[in-house]
Amino acid sequence: MPKLTINGIVAEVERGTTVLEAARFLGIPIPTLCHDDGLTPYGACRLCVVEVGKPPRSKLQSACTLVADEGLVVQAHSARVERARQLLLELYVATCPQSKTIQDLASRYGLRRERLEPKFEDCIQCGKCVRMCAEQMMAGAIGFAFRGSRRKVMSPFRPQSDVCRQCGACLYICPVVELRCHGAHPETALCSGCINFAPACLGYHDHAMCFLDPCVACELAGPLHPAPVFRTERPKAPDLSAARLDSSHGEGK
Amino acid sequence: MGTCGLATGADEVYEAIHDEVNRLKLSYLVTGTGCIGWCCEEPLVDVCLPGKPRVTYGRMDARKARELVQGLPDGDLKPKWAIGMLTGYDNPLTDSRTRYAKQTARVDGVRRYEDLPLFRYQVRWASRNCGVIDPTSLDEYIARGGYLALHRALQVMHPTEIIAEVNHSQLRGRGGAGFATGKKWEMLRRQEAKPKYLICNADEGDPGAYMNRTLLESDPHSVLEGMIIGAYATGATEGIIYVREEYPLAVKRMQEAIAQAEAAGLLGDNIFNSGFSYRLRIVKGAGAFVCGEETALIASVEGRVGEPRQRPPFPVERGLWGKPTCINNVETWADIPLIVMRGGDWYAQIGTATSKGTKTFCLVGAVKNTALVEVPFGITLRRVVEEVGGGVPEGRRFKAIQTGGPSGGCIPESLLDLKVDYESLTEAGAIMGSGGMIVMDDSTCMVDIAKYFLTFLADESCGKCFSCREGLQRMQQIVTHISDGHGREEDLALLEELGWMVRETSLCGLGQTAPNPVLSTLRYFRDEYLAHVREKRCPAKVCRQLIAYRIDPTVCDGCGACVRVCTSEAILGEKKQVHTIDNARCSKCGACLEVCQPKAVLVE
Repeated sequence: MPKLTINGIVAEVERGTTVLEAARFLGIPIPTLCHDDGLTPYGACRLCVVEVGKPPRSKLQSACTLVADEGLVVQAHSARVERARQLLLELYVATCPQSKTIQDLASRYGLRRERLEPKFEDCIQCGKCVRMCAEQMMAGAIGFAFRGSRRKVMSPFRPQSDVCRQCGACLYICPVVELRCHGAHPETALCSGCINFAPACLGYHDHAMCFLDPCVACELAGPLHPAPVFRTERPKAPDLSAARLDSSHGEGK
Repeated sequence: MGTCGLATGADEVYEAIHDEVNRLKLSYLVTGTGCIGWCCEEPLVDVCLPGKPRVTYGRMDARKARELVQGLPDGDLKPKWAIGMLTGYDNPLTDSRTRYAKQTARVDGVRRYEDLPLFRYQVRWASRNCGVIDPTSLDEYIARGGYLALHRALQVMHPTEIIAEVNHSQLRGRGGAGFATGKKWEMLRRQEAKPKYLICNADEGDPGAYMNRTLLESDPHSVLEGMIIGAYATGATEGIIYVREEYPLAVKRMQEAIAQAEAAGLLGDNIFNSGFSYRLRIVKGAGAFVCGEETALIASVEGRVGEPRQRPPFPVERGLWGKPTCINNVETWADIPLIVMRGGDWYAQIGTATSKGTKTFCLVGAVKNTALVEVPFGITLRRVVEEVGGGVPEGRRFKAIQTGGPSGGCIPESLLDLKVDYESLTEAGAIMGSGGMIVMDDSTCMVDIAKYFLTFLADESCGKCFSCREGLQRMQQIVTHISDGHGREEDLALLEELGWMVRETSLCGLGQTAPNPVLSTLRYFRDEYLAHVREKRCPAKVCRQLIAYRIDPTVCDGCGACVRVCTSEAILGEKKQVHTIDNARCSKCGACLEVCQPKAVLVE
């Protein structure tokens, strides 16, 4: 069993354990956005970077994808790591300022200023939804398309995927998007937003699976108040215009 | 004929010569060769008459070529068109010389290659056959000592001896990272899993760099030979040449070379009756810059999205299809036959303490001789720029040299005496990269350059790491602001911080080097950034938002040429009258500046 050192603590872990898992086992907190215990590590959010090796030859590597090896020396909270995380979080807040998860993390890292223009994006492309869909829901309905600044999560060639069961797992696992209900939508819209209402509405929709907690639409309307206007008839043909899927909940949240 | 020659019309010239030779019923052999690297003089024609040196003519066209051929039966070599001559060409592989004429033979009025600064300082090892042989001919390759090294390796040497020689040579990966090739091979040899793969990385995506393409097009067999030797040394049974789709000629030449080698029994089963078998195939990449990174390359070969993954496990342990894989650059493979033939110690005789041998560079930009050159490690940048490259064009001043492609750094004049090797370039904030060298003169704005490379990298980033994807976009945004004249002084510190963060936290080599152009220009050309930020002035007069065009009324002759090219209808004035530019409408495209014969258009 490999022995590694994290923040000066020597620990023996099972073969195949990642540094992140070992650190968490030891009670050393390492922030993550793209990691989930049930999913394959991806290493996209970079928040879990730790300093590996002895300075000055040390390198920052993501703890979630780094497998513990014999004699590995890791600093999870060195000045260099903390500085990098702080700058990353500044970039995260600028990209997705409306996310409470990111706000909380930034606040924990003492971020007190934002020098970049806010972008109000809904997606940080952590890939959790993609992995959730493929690995846990066995659907593989969504994936990454394009590269660089144009990269996004979507179903192949945009239309509603044949294999999507609208289970809502992607929405459930998403670390940043607190999706608000935008009213009734065709049932083909990926988020099931139209049927996702807080308990007050559940009487109305038998089969609703609500992941919105809290559902802002219902809260605003007040309990038992049928304020959101529903269409009693479901729209017949799915509206697959690009505009629909381009909106905030179209892309696999 | 390489892509560069063909682009300048080499096939027309070839046709013309062929035609003329047939028409005059001359018994000349007309053949295409690879590229000797003299890019600025393309298309080149070489003429070798019996007993005469091989004479090179530059910038040929069909008319000149016909005239040249017509004079040849009378021995008229047209010295006034010639740019150089060769009495022979060294072959480092066999320590011999391919002779065209007696050492003392001369053509009056033509300079010898050895006397030309462009060639005097070059040591052509990897590109030993480029421009000398017909790349489509296996026989010509063999005539230059080709496949001797393979024969020696298979018949005389044990695999471990080959690896020992490569270790002795201290050959480092020519793709840019500079990992010791021998060590990599040793690791692959130690792996027990089967099959093992060798990959030739020819995914050359840097703007302005074409070393690998030229090598593949001009001497494909040297790369094949290196790979077969490598396979024998490491126990690999399958090989892949990963070339970008944008290099159609390189792909074609490589396919031909593989077919020839297979037909000749140099590739396939039981090579040289040694019991060793090796198969090679070509995989075409879709031209993504990031696929030059080895884990992304493997993903691409496997048919997945070209995204890097964390190392370790290194490809040598778990690579293609989860099997041990060794990836080397085209140039590294081309160096292997030399090391096997001449020995590692011979190879290590030139170079610096940490970098041995030679390196090909694409010397482009503001130099007189834009060329593909191969120089020994330890040569100073000044010699490369001023002597090999012939210096910047007259009337211009040298400003910076950018090495290592888009993720390299800009080195200023004060560091020109730097000796070229992996470490010194990294220390100066640049990288070796695969060998791009872009020379810039004082008409280049460093902010604009940083913007250009950031735009390229932000687009070529695979987008997996948040830091690289978003960080580069933000940096690009800030630099664009600065070049538009909206920058603030605190932006420079922010750029440095973001650059540091992207470099530290990104997963692969692309992200880790992507901030280099910005960080190095900020380090050496901060004044220029400050001029943009404080004075809203672009010293090199490049950034469009910070310059204005004006017509000098004392020079303007009212010809109206500028009025005709101006697409914004911003130039006013009647014919034969002095023109003026309406700056409110001017889009600052610079078209008027280019067409103005009396040079009346000024940039301010």
